[in-house]
Amino acid sequence: MRVIACMKQVVDLQQIRIKRDTREPVLEGLPVLFGDMDKNALEEAVRIGEKHGAKVTVLSVGSAKLKDTVLEALAMGADEACIVVDPACEGSDAAGSALTLAKAIEKTGSYDLILVGEGSADNYSGQIGSRVAEILGIPQITYVRQLTIEGDTVTAVRDIEGTLEVVKAQMPLVVSVTSEINKPRRAPLAQILRASRKPLNVWMLRDLGIEPSKVGSAASTISVLANVAPEQERKGVIMEGDTDETVGKLVDALRKEGVLQ
Amino acid sequence: MSLGILACSETSEGAFELLTKARELSKELGVELAAVVFGNNDSDCQPYFEYGALKAILVPQGSVGRLDAETYANILFEISKEKGPDILLLRSSRLGKEAAGRAAQKLQAGCITDAIGLEMKGSDLVVSRYALGGNTVSSEIVKTPKKVISFMPRTFEAQKLPAQGEVVKLELKVPKTRVELVELRKKIGEAANIESAETLVCVGKGIAKKEDLEMVKELASLLGGELGCTRALSSDYHWISDDRMVGISGKRCKPKLDVSIGLSGQIQHTVGIMTSKIIVAINKDKEAPIFKIADYGIVGDLYQIVPKLVEKIKSAGS
Repeated sequence: MRVIACMKQVVDLQQIRIKRDTREPVLEGLPVLFGDMDKNALEEAVRIGEKHGAKVTVLSVGSAKLKDTVLEALAMGADEACIVVDPACEGSDAAGSALTLAKAIEKTGSYDLILVGEGSADNYSGQIGSRVAEILGIPQITYVRQLTIEGDTVTAVRDIEGTLEVVKAQMPLVVSVTSEINKPRRAPLAQILRASRKPLNVWMLRDLGIEPSKVGSAASTISVLANVAPEQERKGVIMEGDTDETVGKLVDALRKEGVLQ
Repeated sequence: MSLGILACSETSEGAFELLTKARELSKELGVELAAVVFGNNDSDCQPYFEYGALKAILVPQGSVGRLDAETYANILFEISKEKGPDILLLRSSRLGKEAAGRAAQKLQAGCITDAIGLEMKGSDLVVSRYALGGNTVSSEIVKTPKKVISFMPRTFEAQKLPAQGEVVKLELKVPKTRVELVELRKKIGEAANIESAETLVCVGKGIAKKEDLEMVKELASLLGGELGCTRALSSDYHWISDDRMVGISGKRCKPKLDVSIGLSGQIQHTVGIMTSKIIVAINKDKEAPIFKIADYGIVGDLYQIVPKLVEKIKSAGS
């Protein structure tokens, strides 16, 4: 059995600064890392590997820095990494990234379970799992918070608004996980040291049989007109000092605003 | 040339919101507006006309089986393919969102999920959504002929007008889903509907012990509001059920009043309260980002401020 965890390299979102004049985000020079929910996907893959003896592959598409980022995933317990690093992928939208991932999944030779986070840390669009499943022609189970495998059958508890849905399906299958599914481990030191000795396959688009014109910004189905921090027109009345006084002023203000009876 | 708009949601409430906005859009573009109705009788379609649909595509529930992402995507594909509607508007419920991606892939379409706004600029349909973990709002257009856009619940307000329309009954040949439903379980704890709360009191890691939530709950109930929380209090501490988690992967709320207590204001949380009319922040750290988006703030110890607030509201009410 092979479990593939798809992970996305994103800039550290906590460190984004906003330019005062244009309200544009400053992304240059920010560290890159894997998103939290991608780590949940990887952790689940590693646990399945430990329990069922499955081979765990981590798969990612990104910049040259990915060779370093992916070491963390290997240290967390993946058996091997496959990364697609090609300048032509730059600016891919969800459709382009899904195509690249699907072709890379096929290139691994065999796959049973493909795990993704419910959404990427940056855009959280949740399209990748659905699109990859459609390209590969296999079913999908999303928003999974509990997963069990018996033979070829996956049983999953899905988190749907207000309800938990227990469903089952045969592998091969795409599963997206929520952060409730597990607590990703910190890589132990010994594993960190071993990570760079694990197999790391670096592929380009031509290795996957993808025409460069099918991905990247030129092939994007979406065009972004603007991406700026939202204007916040807030009153910004911040009070300090005597609790009785500040709380009194707050209550008066809220009453004037008509939000307090 | 656009061949029309299709609005679709697994709930009628969702469809009505989408239709209300799409009615305006279809007039501007001069195209037909259709709605998918999961129902059994022609009479199920009437409300959809009143929210703007000229055509109701009635999909008998029995004919498609259980509605999961793959089935939903198959239905949308069958309706939209070739000469069907080009612009597909869905509700970004969990089902709607996952179906959006799959339907878009089938239709070779660009897709935008979790949209928070829609407007025409010239001949472009400009969609806005949060990006970069909520740090920014991105304005985007879908370049492909077919377009799939899913909107956050309550992005638009449903508005009813008397109207009539045409019912088209569609027996679709879609394969039954390959994912079998075993069981439905209610979530433990009461089902909280914080998204439509008028007042929200949100708490974060500034609360030291689970027992201390009682005073915050008292404040929330005095204000006639609901309790919300950051991811830490729900996913890490398990003090509060995840139905009350507010933020990018939790609920997005639009209250008149949000009171944020003992939370720093990480963007992953604040994206869920950004559209509140009034934001109040209580935090001991003067530099906490929450104060940057607050209308009113008190810098200080929440353990003194919250009881005082409760006391003052009580005494004013008596």
